[in-house]
Amino acid sequence: MTRLSVNKTYKLYINGQFPRSESGRSYPVTDAKGDFLANASWASRKDARDAVKAARAAFPDWSGRTAYNRSQVIYRIAEVLESRRGQFEDEIRSQEGAAASLARKAVDAAIDRLVWYAGWSDKLPQVLGGANPVAGPYFNQSTPEPSGVIAVIAPKGPLLGLVSVIAPVITSGNTCVAIASEPHPLSAITLGEVMATSDLPAGVVNLLTGPQVELAPWLASHMDVNGIDLTGVRDADLAISLEQAAAENLKRVRRSGVEDLFSAPDLDRMTTYLEIKTVWHPMGL
Amino acid sequence: MTPSKDVARTAAAFEYAPAPESNSIATIRPHVGLFIDGDFRDGSGRAFKTINPATEEVLSEVSEATEVDIDRAVKAARAAQRRWARLTGAERSKFLFRLARIIQERAREIAVLESIDNGKPIKESRDVDIPTAAAHFFYYAGWADKLEYSGHGPTPRPIGVCAAVIPWNFPFLMLAWKIAPALATGNTVVLKPAETTPLTALLFAEICQQADLPPGVVNIVTGAAATGAELVSHPGIDKIAFTGSTVVGRQIAKSVAGTDKSVTLELGGKAANIVFDDAPIDQAIEGIINGIFFNQGHVCCAGSRLLVQESVFEEVIDRLKRRMAILRVGDPLDKNTDIGAINSKSQLDKITELTESGLAEGADSWSPECTLPAKGYWFAPTVFTGVSQANRIAREEIFGPVLSVLTFRTPKEAVEKANNTPYGLSAGVWTEKGSRSLWMASQLRAGVVWSNTFNRFDPASPFGGYKESGYGREGGRHGLTAYLAPTHFTTSGSR
Repeated sequence: MTRLSVNKTYKLYINGQFPRSESGRSYPVTDAKGDFLANASWASRKDARDAVKAARAAFPDWSGRTAYNRSQVIYRIAEVLESRRGQFEDEIRSQEGAAASLARKAVDAAIDRLVWYAGWSDKLPQVLGGANPVAGPYFNQSTPEPSGVIAVIAPKGPLLGLVSVIAPVITSGNTCVAIASEPHPLSAITLGEVMATSDLPAGVVNLLTGPQVELAPWLASHMDVNGIDLTGVRDADLAISLEQAAAENLKRVRRSGVEDLFSAPDLDRMTTYLEIKTVWHPMGL
Repeated sequence: MTPSKDVARTAAAFEYAPAPESNSIATIRPHVGLFIDGDFRDGSGRAFKTINPATEEVLSEVSEATEVDIDRAVKAARAAQRRWARLTGAERSKFLFRLARIIQERAREIAVLESIDNGKPIKESRDVDIPTAAAHFFYYAGWADKLEYSGHGPTPRPIGVCAAVIPWNFPFLMLAWKIAPALATGNTVVLKPAETTPLTALLFAEICQQADLPPGVVNIVTGAAATGAELVSHPGIDKIAFTGSTVVGRQIAKSVAGTDKSVTLELGGKAANIVFDDAPIDQAIEGIINGIFFNQGHVCCAGSRLLVQESVFEEVIDRLKRRMAILRVGDPLDKNTDIGAINSKSQLDKITELTESGLAEGADSWSPECTLPAKGYWFAPTVFTGVSQANRIAREEIFGPVLSVLTFRTPKEAVEKANNTPYGLSAGVWTEKGSRSLWMASQLRAGVVWSNTFNRFDPASPFGGYKESGYGREGGRHGLTAYLAPTHFTTSGSR
C-alpha cells in the first residue's frame, strides 16, 4: 500500500504568522494543464487591513535598524531561499509548466536579486544623499528615508516577480503588504516561510493571496498606506481606478509597465518609496 | 510690572519714521497679455484685474487664458522643445546664466513689483525672494552641461513639455524653482502664475525676451483655477510641477491616472517648531517669529505649531509676546515693515474664519496692539495658547500670521505631537544638545528639518514633503530628478 502524502495548507502570511483568511474563503489553484494543485486563501478586506496594521506596527523598528542590519537580514533571506531552491523549482514547474532549466534560471535570478538589494541598504544614503553647499554658514545634509507602508501588487509568476517588487521596498526600511500573483500564489506563501525563518521581523513583509481586482482597491484607498506599486496590474481600467484612489492621501505611485524581470532593475523601484530629508544647522562659535 | 505694560513700553521705544521704497522703479502697464511663443498676445478669456492688497487699488488688467490659448502655448512649447533639447548643454547653460544675470540687474524693479502685487514687505522681496530666485538660475545653469554626472545615468533625457502651476505666496521665487531646473534639463515650460500675483511672471517674460531665449521655451499663461486645470489636463503636457494646496494637489494626482504624465507636488504643511528647555532662547524667539510671521505666514513650511517644553513655557511665551509687540505691520514698501498685507480678501477671510474657530474651540488668543491701515487686507500677528491637538488651529493650515502653541514634557512626546499630522513638509528643533538635535531630526517625518534655525532656503538644498505635503524635491541635485525622463521601462509605448 502506497503512503498517503500529507498536503500543505497554503494560508496567508501576516505579521509573521500564517493565518487563514478571516473570511474562510479559498480558491483552487491549478497547474499549467488545469489540474488541481491546492487551495489558496482568498484574502478579504479585513485581512488586507490586518496586514496594513502589522506593516505599520513593524515600521518604526525596521526603519530604525541600522542599514547594515537590514542588509544582513535580506542577505539571510537569499541564503535560506538558496537552501530551499529545490522546492521552489518544483513549485514553478508545477504551477507554470516551466522546463527545469527555466525554473532553475528563475530561482537563480530571485536569489541573486535579493543579494543585490541586500547590498543596497547601506549604499542608498551615500548614493542618494550628501552634503549641500548652501550659501551661508550652515551644515546642510540630505539623506533618504523610507516612505512608510507600501502596498505592492506583484506581477504574474510564482517567485521572481514577487521578489523583484518586495526586496527594493524593504531594503530601505519600508514595510510592505504584497498581493501575490493571483494564478501563482503557492510559491508566495512558501516565500513567506523563507522570510519567517530569516530573522525578518514580523510584519515587515505581509503576503495576501486572492483576486487582485478585489484586494488591490482596499490597499489603494487605505489611508495608512504611503505608497503603492502597480507593477502587477495589467487591466488598464483597474490601474486608473487604483491610481485615483491612491491620490486621496497622495500615495507615492509606481505605475505598471512592461518590464523584463530578468534584466537589471532600475533604481526607481527603491527611489519611488524614499523621501529625501534635509537637515540644516548653523555653524558658529 | 505686568507683561502688557512692559510690552507697551517696549513698543513705544521703537518709533520709526516711514522709510518707503519708491514704487516708480516698477513699470505697471494697464493691460498685459499672455506670453506665448516669444510674444505677448491677448488671451481669449475675460481679462481680470490684479490689485495691490495693501491699498485695494487696481494695478493692471491681465488676460485670461482659455483652452485655445493653452493649446497654442503647449504647441509652441512642444515645437521649441525639440530645438531646445538639441542645443548643447553648454549653450543652454549660458542662456540660464544670462537669465540669472538679468534678474540680478533688474532685482530692485522685480522686488518692488513683487511687493506691490503680493503685499509682502520690501525687505523680504529685496533680500530673500529675488536674490534667491537669481541664485536658483545660477545654480541650475551650472547643471545644464553636467547632467551625466548627476546620478541619472549616462544619458539623461528631458521629459518634454512641463506645466508649472505656482502659488501667490512667493510668485517670482516659485517661478524660478520651476523654470530653472526644467530649462537646464532640456524641457520647455508653460507656466501659470497665481491669479492674484501675475505681474512678476509677466516681467520675467520680458527678461526672456531680453535674454534672447528662443521663442516657446518659456510661455506664461495667466488666469485662475480653471486655466490651471485646463493646462495640467492638456494631453500635450508631459510633466506637471505644482506648488499649492493639498486639495488641488490631490485633484492633479487623480487627474493624471492612466496617463504618462509625471508629477511633482509641493503642497501644504503644518510644521512643528519644537523648543526644548535648553534651547538658545534668544535665537529660538527669533526663529519662532521668523517661522510664523515671515511673509505674513503665507508659507507652506511655516512653523505654525509651536511645541514648547513645559518647564520653559512661561518664559518663552512672555518673550515671544514682547518680540511680537515690536513687529511692524503696514506698508509693504516701507523698509522697516516686518509684516505686510494679506494677499487677498479671500485669504483674509480664511484666516479670520480659522482664528474664530480657535476661539470657539476654547483656545486663548493674544495680539499686540497695532494699528492696521484702513484700506487693504491686514491681520495682526496672533498667538494662541491653550491649544489642544484636536483644535482646527492645530491641524489645519492657516497660511497667515497665526501661531498655535502646545506643550510637551519629553522628547518622545514632542516627536509624537510633531508627527501627528497628515502633512510632513518641515519642522524646527531648538536645543543646544547635539545628540538630541540629531535624534529629533531623525525622528521627525518631514522633508526639511531646521535645527536652531528656521525658514532657510538655498538652491543647492532639496525642498519638499513627506506624506500629504506632496512628493518630489525642488532644489539641489535632487531637483533634477523631476525633470529627467524615467528610464525603467524597457519597451516603447509605456515610456
